[in-house]
Formats: sequence, structure tokens, C-alpha cells
Amino acid sequence: MNIFLDLFLTFFKIGAFTFGGGYAMLPLMQEEVLAHKWMPLEDVVNFIAVSESTPGPFAINMATYVGSEVGGAFGLAGSLFGSFCATFGVVLPSFIVILIVAKCFERFKNSKVVKGCMTGLKPAVVGLIGSAIISVLLTVFIPNGFSLGIFTDASFYVSLAIFVICTVMAFKKVHPIIIIVLAAVLGIVTGYVL
Amino acid sequence: MESKTKKIFQLFLVFLKIGAFTFGGGYAMIPIIQKEIVENKKWITDDDILEIIAIAESTPGPIAINSATFVGYRVAGFFGAMLATLGVVLPSFVIILLISFVLREFQDIPAVQYAFNGIRAGVLALLIKALVTMYKKAPKGLVSYIVIGASFLITAFFDINVLFVIIGCAVFGLVTSLIAERRSKK
Repeated sequence: MNIFLDLFLTFFKIGAFTFGGGYAMLPLMQEEVLAHKWMPLEDVVNFIAVSESTPGPFAINMATYVGSEVGGAFGLAGSLFGSFCATFGVVLPSFIVILIVAKCFERFKNSKVVKGCMTGLKPAVVGLIGSAIISVLLTVFIPNGFSLGIFTDASFYVSLAIFVICTVMAFKKVHPIIIIVLAAVLGIVTGYVL
Repeated sequence: MESKTKKIFQLFLVFLKIGAFTFGGGYAMIPIIQKEIVENKKWITDDDILEIIAIAESTPGPIAINSATFVGYRVAGFFGAMLATLGVVLPSFVIILLISFVLREFQDIPAVQYAFNGIRAGVLALLIKALVTMYKKAPKGLVSYIVIGASFLITAFFDINVLFVIIGCAVFGLVTSLIAERRSKK
């Protein structure tokens, strides 16, 4: 399939099947990006940090980024067109659905079918993100696969320490950007020392 | 007619501003929409905002897009929806496109790689925080716990498409809520 059409259709699917904001899109996004071999999980995780530190919704940022990376194989114009296709694809389902809902709002609001589906969808997002986090956890702590050797590897303990510090800060409601900057500084310092 | 064109243009500008200055997306956008559209422009009311949140939560897609499209449509019809959505997307699009070029240039430098080694551990922490927040907001009860457990286990340990899990959970929620309703009627 044409790569640009593929970008559009894939992100259309992601936009059409993600309910709830923020990271609700991560599980499906992760699955599609890895299945297409568009980029490794490491790059996806790196980009979550970029997205947290720039304005705009995660879904749009991610679509633009993946589109630009994938289309980049065809040069600058490819980057531009790829990011356009992915972003347009992820936006379009919401746009169409909201236009329809806005026209028959009362019926939608009181719909038992919509309410019923939501009682399944809301908890599903929690389970799916939990599962996506397991993959992220594996890339962070054992990027080269599991072996007993990781317990003698200093970088394992460095990641663990950074993770613990950042988790404590996150639950103390420190702003995400500050956490990311701190994690970056710790990463650079330990990278040069080790 | 001219006032409508003007309104559409203003919608574009307001949502451009919202898109450019909201970090973290989604709910962070709601207070800004409230200030700009309800207090300053008086295009919609506070009750409308609550409706928009309710709708955005039960329709697919990012909350930012849902609310931009809905507000735009309420204020100025189809073209209002289009320009508001374009406005909210445009800043991210431009900024991320530029960043993707910069990342490509710098990602092989050792310092950048070390930084991202640390950052990935930090992102993991942010994701776990987000998971806990979402768990607290999710409905409680037996159906909810079954769905959380099943969707987690199925996607973590089996090679099953996330899409099927999402559809399956929606159907399960629908069926159980219809059964619960029928029982309460008896």
C-alpha cells in the first residue's frame, strides 16, 4: 500500500477507536507503530517526553511526529505530506462524529447504548494503558532483553534510581516538564560518569 | 453575513491561541476555553461547557479536537467547526514538524542519547501517575474490575489486536448495563 495512504488510514483508525483524552491513545498507537515497523518503542517513549514539553494534545503531536518520520524517507516534502496525512487522519473521525452528535445532541445524551458502551470503555482504557506501560517498563529497564547479566549492569540501577526519583516527584504533583528536565540531566551526568 | 465570517475568523484565532498555549492537551484546555469563549466572547454558556466535556468523554478522539469542533459548530455551523479545529491543530502541527527535523539532526550525539536514557525512566514515572489518575476516575464495581483485569491480561500476555479488545469491552459494557437495567425493572 502507498505509505501516505497507509499513514492516513492507520491514524484514522487510531482516532476512531480511542475514547478518553491524554494517554488513552497510547496502547493503539503503540501497537500500530510497532506493527508497521515505523519506529522502535524507544523512540515512541522519547517522543512522549517531547509531547509533554510542547503545546497541544498528545494525539496530534504523536500523529505529526510519526508522519514526519515515516514520510521523511522521501525528503522534506515527504516529511511534510506524511505528517499532514497522519494528523488529518487522526482528527477526521472526531470531527465527523462531533458534527453528527451536535445535530442530534439530546438523543445522544440520553442514549442507553452510548452509556452502556462507556461503562465498558472507561475501565478498558485503564487496563490497556497498564499493559502498554509494561512494554515501556521493559524497554526502560532491560532494553536488550532479559538475562541475569542486567543485575550487574550499572545502567540498570541508574534507570531504576531515576525512575524512583521521578515517580516520587510525579505523585507530589511536580510539573511534568520539570520531571523530564531532571531526568534528562540525571541521564547526561550518569552517562558521562559511567 | 459579514458578522458570521468575522465570527468564523475569530473562532480560528481563539482556538489557535488555545492550541498554542495548552501543555498536556485535553482537560488543560477546558479552563482556557471557558475564559475565552464563555467570559470574553460570550458565545456559549457555562452549561454548554459541561455538555461539551460530557460529549468529548463519550465520543472517540482527543478531547481538544472534540471540544473545538463542538464549540465551532455551536457558534458558526460547519465552517465554524472546521476553522476552530484547524486552529487548535495548527500550532502542534507546526511545532512538532520543526522538532522532528531537529531531533533527526541531534539524536546521534552521545549527550542527547544519555539524556533520553534518563528521560525514558522519567516518562515511565509520568505514565504510571497517569494510570493511577485514570484508575481513580474510572467507574467502580464488579463489571469495571473485570474489564480492567481482562483487558490488561489479554493485551499483556496474548497477541490480540487492541482494537478487538476495545470493541469487546464496549459490547461487554453494553450487555451488562442492559441486563442490570432489566433486573432493576423487575
